[in-house]
Amino acid sequence: MSSTLLGIPSFYIIALIKIAIVVGILLQVLAYLQWVERKVIAHVQVRPGPYRVGWHGLLQPLADVIKLITKEDMIPPFANKFFFLLAPFLAVFMALLSIAVIPFGPMIDVAGHQTYMELTNVNIGVLFILAVSSMGVYGIALAGWSSNNKYSLLGGLRSSAQMVSYELPMSLAIAAPLLLSNSLSLRTIVETQAGSIIHWNVLRGPFPQIVSFVIFLIAAFAETNRIPFDLPEAENELVAGFHTEYSSMKFASFFMAEYANMITVSAMATILFLGGWMAPWPVRYGSSLVPSVICAFAGLILLYHGANAVRARDKKSFPVFGVLFLIVAAGFLAPMVQSWLMPLFWFIAKTGGILFAFMWIRATLPRFRYDQLMAFAWKFLFPVAIVNLLVTGFMVAWFQ
Amino acid sequence: MDVILFLLFAIIAVVCAINVVVQTHPISSALSLVGVMGSLAVLYLLLGAEFIAAAQLIVYAGAIMVLFIFVIMLLNAGAEGKRGRSFMASLLGVPLLVALLGLLAYFVQRVFPTARVHFGGFKGGSPRDVGLALFTTYLLPFEITSLLILIAIIGAVVLARKEMD
Repeated sequence: MSSTLLGIPSFYIIALIKIAIVVGILLQVLAYLQWVERKVIAHVQVRPGPYRVGWHGLLQPLADVIKLITKEDMIPPFANKFFFLLAPFLAVFMALLSIAVIPFGPMIDVAGHQTYMELTNVNIGVLFILAVSSMGVYGIALAGWSSNNKYSLLGGLRSSAQMVSYELPMSLAIAAPLLLSNSLSLRTIVETQAGSIIHWNVLRGPFPQIVSFVIFLIAAFAETNRIPFDLPEAENELVAGFHTEYSSMKFASFFMAEYANMITVSAMATILFLGGWMAPWPVRYGSSLVPSVICAFAGLILLYHGANAVRARDKKSFPVFGVLFLIVAAGFLAPMVQSWLMPLFWFIAKTGGILFAFMWIRATLPRFRYDQLMAFAWKFLFPVAIVNLLVTGFMVAWFQ
Repeated sequence: MDVILFLLFAIIAVVCAINVVVQTHPISSALSLVGVMGSLAVLYLLLGAEFIAAAQLIVYAGAIMVLFIFVIMLLNAGAEGKRGRSFMASLLGVPLLVALLGLLAYFVQRVFPTARVHFGGFKGGSPRDVGLALFTTYLLPFEITSLLILIAIIGAVVLARKEMD
């Protein structure tokens, strides 16, 4: 890292480039995750979802952003103005901060410079994410309190009680795979899961972490205030919960924070339990061919349906997209992109799978009652997490 | 760089600490306390004790202060009024405060004449070192502390039940 570029240490330049790339992609993903979610829920409920703005509603996020920016920005007359303005800022700041320590892939070589595919490697990465996510509750609690509205206050109260309660099973569920990996650095945790699917923490000996994986996911739903744990914004009891009084971009900040938190917990689940960017089986058995095979298969299906088209316009559009998919499939085979594209593919595939589960569950499950929510955390999830941690500890001590 | 960061966060910590006392609204005071915890965590981080820094944030700022704020919100405590301020209090208080700080500085200088701060030079702050020390050298104090906390929890539950009956 001692080399320089234009007289500036290359470390700074690489860091700035990485920050620009990660922030740019993250904000796009945040905007489009909402479109994906609306589409997924719509298709689960057998309706088309957003369809009017752009092709299959693809410009819907842009339209939403324009709508939110141009809306009137209201501050209620009896609100505590300082905290009312601070709350959305806090929420979105804490939500975006965690991305800084998430590793997306191994060390790569870019034009002679070796760098890791992450913003920074903290040797207490797990604790950093826990600390930041536990600070995120202030945004919601303050928003509820400062609005000076009884529904907002109830939403804020519910949210802080819920997040403090579910943080316990979540931390215990995180501690168990840490015992297997014997590190707090997210990069090292992934590297100890290298090899194949049986080395991932979720299936790995001496004690597979399936139970703690499920506990982590359940607690993650509660921590991100998602259905079936979205009591803080239960619309049929609390109007819109803690963000009832918010409008315009301040409302959008809470929305962004929720989706950024979803991405963070999905990435955490991937890193802690599903082997991060590691392929499910070794390259010598063809794991590097998976994206090419999927894209080529999709391309061939499109070409077939283009040849036997039912609608007139499909005769043109299907072959075009089929050829595009075949080009992408060939692109995945190019040797110079394999070293960085394959880890990224697996990481995004696993994280995306968990994000899909978030949407799937939102589309299917009803909301808990509040006493059920608390009883579930304290009387079931917490004891199970403790027993799981205890058994894991004994097994690790016994076999290592 | 380290010195600048130290000064920045030390000043934030002191200002927040004064703000805890000065503010009339309980929520503002509690949030200033969160600010103190956060800047203290940064100071730990500057010294190289990253585990303590993270624990400070998770336990104090993330759990205990959330409970504080939860209780304040639940009781819906309003702003306190300022009253009963005597002229003598500020007349005597300010010189006494200055004298106290001066004495403190003098004794620190006397007791630790060779103390130097090495930023990032603290060894033994990693999770492994802390865990080893906690479960070997300091096992007895650790267990006694956990027993004490258990007694406190049981006491709180008993007191709360008596209120309900």
